Amino acid sequence: MFPTSELSISALASAYAGDALTLAFLTPELASRIQFGWTITIHIIFAALSVGLAPFLVYVTVQEVRTGEERYARLRAFWTKIFAVGFVMGTVTGIPMGFMFGTNFAAFSTTAGEMIGGPLSFEAKMAFMLEAVALGVLLFGRERVSGKMYALSSVFVALGAWLSAFWILVVNSWMQTPRGYEVVMEGGVPIAKLTDPMAAFFNPRFPWMYVHMQNAAIISVTLVIAGIAAYFVWQNRDSDVWRTALRAAVVVLLVTSAFQAIHGDMYGRHVAETQPHKFAAMEAHYETGQADLHLIAIPTDLEAITDPRADNLYTISIPQLASFLASGGDPTAEVTGLNDFEYDSPPVAWVFWSFRIMVGLGFWFIGLGAWGTYRLWRGDLYEDERYLQALMLSSPLGFVALITGWYVAEIGRQPWIIQDVLTTADGVSPPLSSAEATFTLLAFVVGYVLLFGVFLYVLKRLIDEEAERHTVGIEEDDRPDSPGVIADD
Amino acid sequence: MTELLSDSAYVLESLPELWFGLVMLALGVYLLLDGFDFGLGILFAEADETERKTMLAAFGPLWKANEVWLVLFGTVLFAGFPAVYANILSRHYVLVFAILLALGLRGLGVKLREERDDQQWTRFWDACFVAGSTAAPLLLGAFVASWVLGEPSALAGGPIVVGLTVVALSVVLGAAFLAIKTSGTLRRRVVRRGRTATAIYVALFALTAAVLFGRYPELQSRLWSLPTAALVAATLVFAALSVVATSSGRYHGAFLSAAGLAATFVFFVALLLYPAVDPAAGLSISDAIVSPLSLNLTAIFAAVFLPIIGAYFVVLYSLFGGSATPEHSYH
Repeated sequence: MFPTSELSISALASAYAGDALTLAFLTPELASRIQFGWTITIHIIFAALSVGLAPFLVYVTVQEVRTGEERYARLRAFWTKIFAVGFVMGTVTGIPMGFMFGTNFAAFSTTAGEMIGGPLSFEAKMAFMLEAVALGVLLFGRERVSGKMYALSSVFVALGAWLSAFWILVVNSWMQTPRGYEVVMEGGVPIAKLTDPMAAFFNPRFPWMYVHMQNAAIISVTLVIAGIAAYFVWQNRDSDVWRTALRAAVVVLLVTSAFQAIHGDMYGRHVAETQPHKFAAMEAHYETGQADLHLIAIPTDLEAITDPRADNLYTISIPQLASFLASGGDPTAEVTGLNDFEYDSPPVAWVFWSFRIMVGLGFWFIGLGAWGTYRLWRGDLYEDERYLQALMLSSPLGFVALITGWYVAEIGRQPWIIQDVLTTADGVSPPLSSAEATFTLLAFVVGYVLLFGVFLYVLKRLIDEEAERHTVGIEEDDRPDSPGVIADD
Repeated sequence: MTELLSDSAYVLESLPELWFGLVMLALGVYLLLDGFDFGLGILFAEADETERKTMLAAFGPLWKANEVWLVLFGTVLFAGFPAVYANILSRHYVLVFAILLALGLRGLGVKLREERDDQQWTRFWDACFVAGSTAAPLLLGAFVASWVLGEPSALAGGPIVVGLTVVALSVVLGAAFLAIKTSGTLRRRVVRRGRTATAIYVALFALTAAVLFGRYPELQSRLWSLPTAALVAATLVFAALSVVATSSGRYHGAFLSAAGLAATFVFFVALLLYPAVDPAAGLSISDAIVSPLSLNLTAIFAAVFLPIIGAYFVVLYSLFGGSATPEHSYH
């Protein structure tokens, strides 16, 4: 006979393994945070793949329909397959996140439900639905709809992906700079009541986050396209298809990564104004006073990795530059140090190193873009072996920058789940046990590692298939896209 | 606009009840659409390779869009009743992740089986697809029952019976969908399976009512009432209609009857729940509903976008209507 109370894993665990095992479990808060963070680390790769690849798909699909050229059909067929696998992975990893608001962060969901429930439902209704339906047409409808309709379905897929990100970032940015609400106590529970929807949706952080994130997604995907194109060109110099893709990617990379650096600098100032403790953590700035900017930081001992303080680091710094940036021009401005906030600091090491990795990679991408554009201008882009290899090796790095940037934004806002309103510790589900939370965390770690492995494997197979096709010189599309279902009988 | 977005009164006085209706509607559409996907996945188990390709061709362009209704259901519930969303999900922690695992397995199974041509690989992902398609309706049924009954454990008698009922209903739906999309031996077999499943479904539905009547005294007055009698009658009528329709080769009619069974089931859920939305926490619609400004805004969005979503589905289903053949399976 099954017990009628909730099947409790902790009870089972202590019954069978004693208290020793129970002690090894993480607290519900820590396990939930790691679980959410880990899930988003994987999910964001697929989400960004959708966002970044969608405009490229629109471009090649529209060109294919407009010109009827074979190279665009090839590029469309290849990237649509990757997009489709990415979309399924993105759905599989994304749906649990929405449900985690309820399972792991029930107290947060109760407090913030009025503020974030609406935007999440807008995402499902106007974006996710559109993307899923239009993708059905894009994958199966090549022979069922007119060229114009087919091109339009790629536009709808892109619109869906971008609107999805829009509403998700409305929710996230609201948690960083909450506006348009008032807190009311109901039955001893704080409830954020919506008072001004426009102020809440278009809160101060939103435009910064949306532009930075969407551009980061484009850069990440551009690097993947550039890397794969470089691989094919390196294999077969004469491939017209992949020379087209390589040319476009290199120029787009230069423009978008240069823009990202300028935008990021301004974004940093906005963070200093609205979330000063995050800004301080980015520079590991503990004592209030003038702040230097540590351009390059190298840990001198192991401790400096987990506790990055200027004394423990070998740094190349620009004196007073952080003051200058935070204040928008005053090199002597005081920057509040982490020691002077009333609440706990975020995990400084994560924020400090993530920030450095993101910025460092950002400059590398500008360099790559400039190098390639120069070669293109000189006319020997396809002959520069070292450059093609650099592109191949750099293709996953956009995602590394994107993920570390996300860590700066999300870990940097701790201890707050909603800035100055609710701490993460108070947002966790009250009934959640350590054992349940640790158990599902473990399942997510194992499951998503396998999942990501499968994705890489499928990606590799698609690349091998394409490579085989074009090294033997078959440039035409020998496998027309299937239409899913044939006509009525 | 300022009146529409009033923060002191709901646009319509009955908006909270309507929103409850919308939650049930989203649940119902999800049960219907992903229900036939699940049923197809269960029937997939005994199909040969050619039949499997036909089945995948039948639902390939549709299932992703169908599955989004689960997200729609979740977010509609969250937007209207955040405390309920938080309560029921955190109360069924392990079960929710088990459901997500089942859904993930079938989504990956159907997509990844095509990515490599060797038997072992295909068989492995097929097994994931079948397992996920069987487990998902079972667990979802248990979850909904446990929510409606305010039962702390989904492993109690009531929820397990309801879970099995939803599995049977999925097979009815999947068989009816496949009967439209296929022909020949495959069609004959799924029609047979559909009939058996219909009989099992009716029996389980009766068993569910009996279990509820015996084990949940507080529901007895509601079970012994005119609306319940009407729903039982409707179930019997739809079941009979679906058998009659398949015998005379009217497969669209059979599918409509199966859809009628699904609708009746969701009405039954709503009847048992109303006016509560979270019986275990003692929350009624008026206790749990969000404040006027938030609900008005969300409702306006829903009023604009639900018809658009309806149009998407009409386009999608008419575009990919007609029968499926194995050559036109995935890629």
